[in-house]
Amino acid sequence: MKRDRILLAHGGGGSLTRELITELFEPEFDNPVLKPLEDSAVLVMSGKGYAFTTDSYVVKPCFFPGGDIGKLAVCGTVNDLAMQGAQPCWLSLSFILEEGLPLTDLRRIVQSIGRTARGVGAEIVTGDTKVVERGKCEGLYINTAGLGRIQTPNRWGAAAVKVGDAVLLNGFLGEHGIAVMSQREGIAFSTSVVSDCAPLWPLVKAILDTGVEIHAMRDLTRGGLAAAVSDIAEAAGVGIRLDEAAMPIGREVRGACDLLGLDPLAIANEGKFIAFCPGADVERVLAAMKQHPLGKEARIIGEVTADPKGMALMRTTIGGERIIDMPTGENLPRIC
Amino acid sequence: MKTLVQAIEERARRVGRDVQFMEVCGTHTMVAFRTGLRQLLPANVRLISGPGCPVCVTDVNYIDAAVELCRRPDVIVATFGDLLRVPGSDSSLERERAAGANVRVVYSPTDALALAQECPSKHVVFLGVGFETTAPTVAWSICCAARDGIDNYFVLCAHKTMPRAMEALVKDQQVKIDGFICPGHVSVITGAAMYRFICEQYKIPCVVSGFEAWDMLKAITLLLQQVLDSRAEVEVEYSRSVTEHGNAAAQRLISEVFEPYDASWRGIGTIPQSGLAIRPQYARFDAARALTVRFGEAHVPPGCRCGDVLRGVLTPLECKLFGRTCAPVHPIGPCMVSSEGVCAAYYKYEKRVAA
Repeated sequence: MKRDRILLAHGGGGSLTRELITELFEPEFDNPVLKPLEDSAVLVMSGKGYAFTTDSYVVKPCFFPGGDIGKLAVCGTVNDLAMQGAQPCWLSLSFILEEGLPLTDLRRIVQSIGRTARGVGAEIVTGDTKVVERGKCEGLYINTAGLGRIQTPNRWGAAAVKVGDAVLLNGFLGEHGIAVMSQREGIAFSTSVVSDCAPLWPLVKAILDTGVEIHAMRDLTRGGLAAAVSDIAEAAGVGIRLDEAAMPIGREVRGACDLLGLDPLAIANEGKFIAFCPGADVERVLAAMKQHPLGKEARIIGEVTADPKGMALMRTTIGGERIIDMPTGENLPRIC
Repeated sequence: MKTLVQAIEERARRVGRDVQFMEVCGTHTMVAFRTGLRQLLPANVRLISGPGCPVCVTDVNYIDAAVELCRRPDVIVATFGDLLRVPGSDSSLERERAAGANVRVVYSPTDALALAQECPSKHVVFLGVGFETTAPTVAWSICCAARDGIDNYFVLCAHKTMPRAMEALVKDQQVKIDGFICPGHVSVITGAAMYRFICEQYKIPCVVSGFEAWDMLKAITLLLQQVLDSRAEVEVEYSRSVTEHGNAAAQRLISEVFEPYDASWRGIGTIPQSGLAIRPQYARFDAARALTVRFGEAHVPPGCRCGDVLRGVLTPLECKLFGRTCAPVHPIGPCMVSSEGVCAAYYKYEKRVAA
């Protein structure tokens, strides 16, 4: 069946999103800055490196345990910059508001944006507001773009990942996705899981300060850890071997995933990332991460190997091994 | 865990020949792949997957009927998420939704019933697919609709029951089955006694298993022991949840609303008394009758061997489409679409391209 329309799954951050990028966007916009397809573009101006990124936020509901769409709009963009080793400096902010949106809600969201941006030392320096008729969007959508100063001596990205690198993760998986899902109409279940939504720059800065050579970082948003590792393995042409026993997954997240038939590795996070550094230096990076509140639960979850090229594998707790695949798209709960 | 694997190795050695155990529950299939359990088994013990994925055994013409329904302007189709991406003859519910059809993903039939109450001017049709595990909640939603006089709620019913399908596979004799790993969730409802006729009439051991890796390893140990002892009995490994006679209230609900009928299974064909149809006294909730749905001729995509895969005759790797034209991003058969489909499991967790 040929696809002639956009499906919800095209926005899932998995292989269908990828298909849109490689078949539609890349051929039309092809240029060397876009080429690496990292979380941010790297620009060099007057000899200095800058990271530039943009993201849109359509989360439903707008307020969820642990955050709101405003906090998310700052964290998401700031984190995309941080993953290039860039200190977030300037953000743009565009609103698409639905007619009838309570002004108190908008005020709460704006204050949340201000608080989060100030907390990470970034400024909102430009913006735009549009209002659409009732029913044309759900409450509000936000777009942010961000510009940050790159603070790293080397260029980070999948291309720099090397065999022998260790893979570090800064904490528990799946919390944002499950927290948001638990609030959704028609699925609401009670859980004490709160979104992990947080700006990662301070932790990334702490890692940078160790002086260890970092090769890549990737935040684990849509598609979760599964999308990140399968993408990096493919882009870098290396194998990534993870250890299930080391995987931090909370009891409630695991329970919700079992119930809904979802893979915790494919659930979205908004305050988690993986870092690649030479295996020999990993303990220093780990120690620095653990000292930061956002990295208290940090751990080494795997390593980069020569084989199998382009594929991520996981050693299971019972001693087997399985592929970690790029999720296809929308997370669809199963029948039974 | 190690001792369980050792116990399996030791018994497998004593069995001294190749044995094949079939799991007939999609969740077991997923556990076996996701945990890497398959690789721990000795070479002469093979796990094969049966028709345990509810989406996969649903006939193409059912999907076509659902697609036809969702195109009607006065209909909202409510479905479990799994069915969304399954290709019918020329479309899927996912594509229809993108083209503007009213398709809603729900998490239980009672959500669909609530939707019917919210939208009194629409016919809300819930897609009743699944085994004995989902049938009671669907029955319950129909009872509630009858009790509360909700006349715009319907079920397009394709529920199936497991025991007769297992019997059909055994009688078919194309696949040698040395034992069944029986579904845990289904058995919670039906009770373990349901499988006894398979042991008695066909001399095939049955073990009801839970859903942790060690549950399945334990079940395999028990099956091997039965093979060694030349016994064929129903044993319950999953005794923390499964009883001999099951959940009586759920069974009453099922028989109140449904009656057995000869259901058509994708790739297997019609199996006598293997499905649940809505009883005549609830006909007004039966979408097929009340909304005059026609089940047409289905077009199975050329080359698709899902039917053989579902019977355990073929492994996904032996299908020519596997990993080439058929993959999770562009699935051709249902076994590649469903999260519990065996092709999807092979692709996702083990191998990418057929040899």
